[in-house]
Amino acid sequence: MELLIAPAPQSAAWSRRGVPACKARGQEARGKTSGSRRRLPRGWRSEVKGLLQTDDRIALKEITRQLHLENVVGDKVFGSFAENLAFLLEALKKGDRSSSRPVLFILDEFDLFAHHKNQTLLYNLFDVSQSAQTPVAVIGLTCRLDVLELLEKRVKSRFSHRQIHLLSSFRFKQYLEIFKMQLSLPEDFTDRRFAEEWNQNIKSLCEDRSVEDVLQKHFCSSKDFRSLHMLLMLALSRVTVSHPAIKPTDLLEVSRLCTMDSKANILHGLSVLELCLIIAMKHLNDIYDGEPFNFQMVHNEFQKFIQRKSHSVHNFEKPVVIKAFEHLHQLELIKPMEGPSVRTQKEYQLVKLLLDNSQIMDALQKYPQCPTDVKQWAASAFG
Amino acid sequence: MSRYFTRLKKRRVYSWIGGPSFIDRKLKHMFYEGLCIKTDGNTNTGCIRPGHYILIEGDEDRSYVAKLLKLYDDGTGTRSSKHAEVQWFVRFHEVPQNKRKRLGRDPHPNEVFLYEIPNCDSDIDAETIITTVQVQHLEENSPFPAAQSQENSLYVKLSWDGKSFSPVNLDLLLQSGGKPVLPASSHTDSLPKPDLDVSRGLAVDSPSRPTRSARQQHSSTSKYSQSKELSDRQPSNVISTPTARKKLQLSNSVKPPGSKLTRDDVLAELLDEDRAVSSLEAEVTRRRALASKPSSSPSKKPRDLCISLSPIRGGQITQDHQLANGTQIGPRLQPEELVKRTLKRESRAESTEGETPSKRKDSIKIDAPLDILIEDGGEVGGPVVAVTPRSRRKSAQVSSARIQQQLNYLNRKQSTDFDVDDDEEDVFLPTKKDLKSSSEEESESVTGRRGSRSAVPRTPRSSRKAPSRTPAKTPNKTPRRTPSKTPVPRTPRTPRHATPSIPSRTQPTRKPGNVLEEARARLHVSSVPESLPCREQEFQDIFNFVESKVMDGTGGCMYISGVPGTGKTATVHEVIRCLHHAAEQDELPSFCFIEINGMKMTAPHQAYVQILQMLTGQKATAEHAAALLEKRFSTPAPKRETTVLLVDELDLLWTRKQNVMYNLFDWPTRRQAKLVVLAIANTMDLPERIMINRVASRLGLTRMSFQPYSYKQLQQIITSRLNRVRAFEDDALQLVSRKVAALSGDARRCLDICRRATEICEFSSQRSGSGLVAMSHVMEALDEMFSSPYITAIRCASVQEQIFLKAVIAEFRRLGLEEATFQQVFRQHLALCRVEGLSPVCMSEGLTTCLRLGACRLLLLESSHRDLHLRVRLNVSQDDVLYALKEG
Repeated sequence: MELLIAPAPQSAAWSRRGVPACKARGQEARGKTSGSRRRLPRGWRSEVKGLLQTDDRIALKEITRQLHLENVVGDKVFGSFAENLAFLLEALKKGDRSSSRPVLFILDEFDLFAHHKNQTLLYNLFDVSQSAQTPVAVIGLTCRLDVLELLEKRVKSRFSHRQIHLLSSFRFKQYLEIFKMQLSLPEDFTDRRFAEEWNQNIKSLCEDRSVEDVLQKHFCSSKDFRSLHMLLMLALSRVTVSHPAIKPTDLLEVSRLCTMDSKANILHGLSVLELCLIIAMKHLNDIYDGEPFNFQMVHNEFQKFIQRKSHSVHNFEKPVVIKAFEHLHQLELIKPMEGPSVRTQKEYQLVKLLLDNSQIMDALQKYPQCPTDVKQWAASAFG
Repeated sequence: MSRYFTRLKKRRVYSWIGGPSFIDRKLKHMFYEGLCIKTDGNTNTGCIRPGHYILIEGDEDRSYVAKLLKLYDDGTGTRSSKHAEVQWFVRFHEVPQNKRKRLGRDPHPNEVFLYEIPNCDSDIDAETIITTVQVQHLEENSPFPAAQSQENSLYVKLSWDGKSFSPVNLDLLLQSGGKPVLPASSHTDSLPKPDLDVSRGLAVDSPSRPTRSARQQHSSTSKYSQSKELSDRQPSNVISTPTARKKLQLSNSVKPPGSKLTRDDVLAELLDEDRAVSSLEAEVTRRRALASKPSSSPSKKPRDLCISLSPIRGGQITQDHQLANGTQIGPRLQPEELVKRTLKRESRAESTEGETPSKRKDSIKIDAPLDILIEDGGEVGGPVVAVTPRSRRKSAQVSSARIQQQLNYLNRKQSTDFDVDDDEEDVFLPTKKDLKSSSEEESESVTGRRGSRSAVPRTPRSSRKAPSRTPAKTPNKTPRRTPSKTPVPRTPRTPRHATPSIPSRTQPTRKPGNVLEEARARLHVSSVPESLPCREQEFQDIFNFVESKVMDGTGGCMYISGVPGTGKTATVHEVIRCLHHAAEQDELPSFCFIEINGMKMTAPHQAYVQILQMLTGQKATAEHAAALLEKRFSTPAPKRETTVLLVDELDLLWTRKQNVMYNLFDWPTRRQAKLVVLAIANTMDLPERIMINRVASRLGLTRMSFQPYSYKQLQQIITSRLNRVRAFEDDALQLVSRKVAALSGDARRCLDICRRATEICEFSSQRSGSGLVAMSHVMEALDEMFSSPYITAIRCASVQEQIFLKAVIAEFRRLGLEEATFQQVFRQHLALCRVEGLSPVCMSEGLTTCLRLGACRLLLLESSHRDLHLRVRLNVSQDDVLYALKEG
């Protein structure tokens, strides 16, 4: 679900060699970045990333460096921001279509560039692409569908409005194909015998019912390749000399790892006291319908439970309970409402529980040797 | 170009010489014979009379050259009542940039042109006169005297009438002045001597002496080891160094970068310039200069020479400087002044007239071995008496040649780029040993020439030179000189000299192969159309506005507004193109056009920097540039051509105090500025909205608004661009233009759609084969550009993502709000999963799904650290979501 934006390429050569090529590649693998890369040798293009070049000053330096303009000495760019901008613009202005080398600008995380002050860089790049200067093509990569709305009016007017949406519209069958392709070894692999065996194994893996189920589930939750790669990476890391092939059980295991609920895992590691506090909070949540609470309320609830079932849980001192409460805070199972700047007494700081009832109940089911009283307390409607 | 240091903070006092010689009764003008200029704190005065060539205060530290015709007083008695009528000369850099090539050769740095534009204001305020200057007339094809060091003499060969260069009509030149123009050397004598002081702003002055003596002390102790000292020194002795510095600049400027100047070259050049016997070695010349005095009064000879030497020996001042100083101050020496002096070093190389008293005094200081000097002087003795006025210059040349040599050497040593001649290196190595050898070489050459010379007289010189070139000085001098002088790409400052450029392409561009490609090339926004259709009225208005201002030589502002893509900038450029054309045809005075764009600068104040750079090529900081521009636009300059300034994206020049805008609109109101400002922005009411009153008022009411194009206009634009290349069906064109006109009226958009349509057509015609762009292609292009991607995106989403969207809508309906927390939505999500028969997902997975939808902005989310309590909103309408999901 990603979007590739390519303002009008200046020269005819570019539209042939640059943009549609990206498009074709994008459709097959949805790699917007890798698609736009690999097209041209370095020096022809300049690639800036919104996450690294967080403002125009840095982006300009990076562009100048990558284009090897003359104010670059070694790896350093000299001059102030204003000088750099003037220099780059001057350089681009000097060129013309017939004589100067076309330049490709790739802006990764394009939407972040739109947040730069005045959108100076975008305006200038678009303006150059729309005027009879050095032929440039600007390709912006972003995953935001609404990126055009971020552009200022005059910047938007200079943008050619060419958008290529790389959407994964494939079906499960194709997904399975891709899965197979990703795992298969190439024909020219050095150890040919191993390659054959491996590919055979992958083929059988694809036909396995349980594997298909795992993939189906994965496909349902997300179509993007990064998550598929994550899954396959975990599976591949289980391959050793003694275990030379991926077994369906491996995949099952890995899939379980991938889809595990992280918070439920944390709950398994809590002490009974902490669990009791969580249950007390759950009850408070139920009573007050999600309103925030503080330690004192939780402690009260806990005391009530202790008084009723004094034999099952040891009656802890208040400082011990506070410690347990703080531990929950550190685990981020509870979250204070105010920021750390607001100074209130610890006992009265308002907090919220970051767990759903279902998660708590699931965790209790799986918690080893959980006292029955505690379980019952959790299940009961009111503390 | 030579710069005259006219900006010294010395006040000049002007007074008439004698009474009025002639009175014009009608105008009540009183004409005078001459003008007396007295510099503050200085006793001597300079006289200027009609017929003299004068320098007049100009802008940017450059002075104007003119010939004084008349001097008169308008009788008002005010401070500016003194007037002068002049015949202007222009320097090459004052000739408009685009006409400079008509000269057909490189201008001589000291060349001026007779200014023959008839309606030029030739009446100036007499109090802007700085000084006199020598102007020599040369035949058109005679070579320039190659003198580089003689910066105060200018040459005129050609006249400039605003269109072309033509040979000077000598008669005209003669007529126009009171006195005949004296070619060459006799001219020097005709100049009253005191003027030279004024001309360089060299007040004779007490300040010069302390500086120098201080320096001497410095040099003897610290040997100028700190560069700071040097930088202190440079500005502090404007009084004594300007000539030396100028000479350096001059000789340096002739030197093509990277080429090396051998010592002999320099010498030869300098000597040539002086019209001395070119074969003479510098030493000889110098010798003569020294000897010239003795010849006039033999008895003084030894002292005389010693005077010139003694301070150096005592104080170890650099010889270069001393010589330079000597030459400058020399001509000023008048008997009465000399008496007042305490330090008489300068008297060494001067005219013989009346120096006797001073020399006597000075001789007290002598502690040098006299005998050698006597021998020297005695030997050279006789021949040069008549040459006196020139001889001082020769010594200056020698000194500047020295400086040059040293600089050359130092530069060369710094930059390995320069390959050094072996022998040269020998000569210029700044160690004692080499200095000796250099002096030996010099003396050898002298011996070779003169025959009778022995090397003996040289000795004192070499010993004198040695301290001045001690290595301690070497690092001192280099950092200051090298960065500005040599374009060597090593030092950090050099990138300033870098030329912005993009490497050239390896393959030639393809020519458009078929009609569609041709059409595409023509439809690109960048291709400049032959004319701008549909903006005739606006074009005419702007044209008339600018033309009238240029004609009248006045200034004005115009504000142009309009939504993006309505041809504002293009129209202005077209106007300027036409005006330039008209100016070339001489229907209009020439003007210069500069353009700034608010978006193309990093801060509003950079506007000053850019304007200044485009006007004069200078680089300066924003504050300095503002000051310079302020000065430029507020000082009168009769010869200045009108400047047309286009300020694009004006709104970005907004600052809190609105200084930039204020200045931009204030300058045109100045009488002398001759500045026309065309300001462009998008909003019509910008002046009312963001400008404070005093800025808006200066902007004035000359406004123009560009309306968005109507569909007919858009159609016309495309047709005119295509220009009979038949690529579109008429219906298709109409569809595009109607669609765009309905949306924004943005011509850029219209062209983009057309281009895209041709591409689609080309692609499809590879299969089907029809040549023209039809409705269907245009529709497809429009769809691509204007259809919202959301629905497709939802359809392509994974199952869980789709269910999550459904859950969001379900939760919204349940709550009756357009916002829900993730926890709430997730409960719905689990329920929906059960309904759909899918295995329920865990919380982590659900959150990942939610965040993924947020990343592509189908959902609007708070930052994810709020976890369960993250608030979720839809970025698409619920109907769209339902529609997309139903179909899928």
